[in-house]
Amino acid sequence: MIYFVDNIRFSYRPSLPVVLNGVSLTLEEGDVLTIMGRNGAGKSTLMKCMLGLLKPQQGEVCLCGEKVSLLKPRFIASQVGYVPQNHVPAFGYTVFDYVLMGCASKIGMMSHPGRQEKRDTEKALEMLDISHLKTRKYNELSGGERQQAMIARAIVGKPKAVLFDEPTAHLDVGNQVKVLRIIKSLSETGFAVAITAHDPNHALLLGGKVAIFDREGGVVCGNVEEMVTEEKLRALYGEKLMLRYLEELGRRVCISPNLKSMKSMRLPDDPSASII
Amino acid sequence: MSTGKIANGRGKIALLMGLLVAGLLCGVVLAVCVGKYPVTPKESLRILINATFQQPIEASDMTINVVLGLRIPRILASVFVGAALSVAGAAYQGIFQNPLVSPDFLGVSSGACVGAALAILMSLTTVFISLFAFIGGILAFMLTISLPALLRNRSNTVLVLAGIIVGSALSSLLGFIKYTADPDTQLASITYWTMGSFAYVSLRDLAFLIPLLLVPMTILVLMAWWIDVLSMGEEEARTLGADVTKMRGIVILCSTLLTAGSVCIAGTISWVGLIVPHFARMVVGSGNRRLIPFAALLGGLFMLLVDTLTRVIGVSEMPVSIMTGVLGSFFFYWLIWRQRDRIR
Repeated sequence: MIYFVDNIRFSYRPSLPVVLNGVSLTLEEGDVLTIMGRNGAGKSTLMKCMLGLLKPQQGEVCLCGEKVSLLKPRFIASQVGYVPQNHVPAFGYTVFDYVLMGCASKIGMMSHPGRQEKRDTEKALEMLDISHLKTRKYNELSGGERQQAMIARAIVGKPKAVLFDEPTAHLDVGNQVKVLRIIKSLSETGFAVAITAHDPNHALLLGGKVAIFDREGGVVCGNVEEMVTEEKLRALYGEKLMLRYLEELGRRVCISPNLKSMKSMRLPDDPSASII
Repeated sequence: MSTGKIANGRGKIALLMGLLVAGLLCGVVLAVCVGKYPVTPKESLRILINATFQQPIEASDMTINVVLGLRIPRILASVFVGAALSVAGAAYQGIFQNPLVSPDFLGVSSGACVGAALAILMSLTTVFISLFAFIGGILAFMLTISLPALLRNRSNTVLVLAGIIVGSALSSLLGFIKYTADPDTQLASITYWTMGSFAYVSLRDLAFLIPLLLVPMTILVLMAWWIDVLSMGEEEARTLGADVTKMRGIVILCSTLLTAGSVCIAGTISWVGLIVPHFARMVVGSGNRRLIPFAALLGGLFMLLVDTLTRVIGVSEMPVSIMTGVLGSFFFYWLIWRQRDRIR
């Protein structure tokens, strides 16, 4: 087992509401876990706890059998690759230099990457199909290319797990599918993968496991078949979402209902208004 | 695409570095020759070489005195101060993820000014002025870094804000010291000191100060790659495996020592630590492993040329900050002009 999250409880400050309230989940080799929840439900907070960036007040996160709170950043980084939400660094590093930073867990404090790390970087660039971008500046890439570079950086150190924080945010549909395909392939090569997502279709596309946040900060975890149901989606998002089986794809898809104009914005039916 | 302009590959970088070293050597010879007491290039080279290899020197006492007693210390000081300020600037900019940060923003320079002003107020000798400046700079820095601890928030933003608080408080203190100083003698010395000058450097002080600059500079060169990682932001750097608190601490400490050491050699010199790393970044790119050594050489050369210029033009010597300020603002205008479409 790679990750074992055991009943963690977290709030940013004692006076603030509890964000994670007794969250438990497991992540094994080859797993894909899609974490779903409303905005502000605690998806990113959960990831930060898993990465050891935040310390739960109760419970433990175990990575490869060790308590994350006792591990050094270097060890965590060697086991877990992290793809943060799109952030543009202040300086224009080349894509090669950017991906190379993913080797940091193997480099001493007064040292720098050597030949082996550079070879690994070339390989990671190839795997993500972005070798042609290596001399470009990361800052000047498009959103989709940036996402690919970030994924390359997350896997270049050959971790066991990769965590993605909203990997499809700000991407066009084509790039969303591309990134999901990469994620699926990573899990098939043996990485344990967890992502946070907003679109139920992404969970359906990826298959595997789904964890859904309830409104009290708890999480229910299960297979995609039992977790992504009309009933649960409607309860989660408060809209009449529909799930339909599509013969051609051989899987279910999630569709939102038609839009009705909002009562509060509807034009008055007052006949005198039509005179004007 | 500006990518094409940046030198890629080891060969080009090595060539550029070689050119800079050659430029620096030429600059040294030039700086030895020019001034109110001109020395011929041939003579200056002979004195330099013979002095380096401890050979007897055949030249007039006056020439030897000017070259070895006055010009060489000044040249060494300006090269090392320029390099130190540029390296400190590049490292600070990386750590604080902000290309507009300059080495004095943690209150070091203001603290040094207050220290030096106090020493001048007490009519102490130049050695003590330097010492007080150094201690003042370090104390101000310690005050700045203790504020985030008091506020229980160790983010970069709070540290930068703490620097602004300490800097402005110390500026007021400096104002008060100036206000109480004797306007005929002390006030003039304080003002002159805060504008920076290499005129009063002695070889004896440098023997102690140059190692003080060389050690932190070497550490920063060795840690340059990690500055790249740290410039990704605290959380991201941690997830990449960096021991952020420790590494950031070392880099900040080294940069602060460089700044304080420079200030105590030459007073406060504006702009160098901001524009040299900027310019270097345009030539060799943002990767700190190339940037920091390149900025060191470039900063050394720049400072040497500026100091030589202040020696040559005008009847009495001009403080260095006047020159760096003028050049800095022109350069900054040019920088903004280049990026005018991208700035929002």
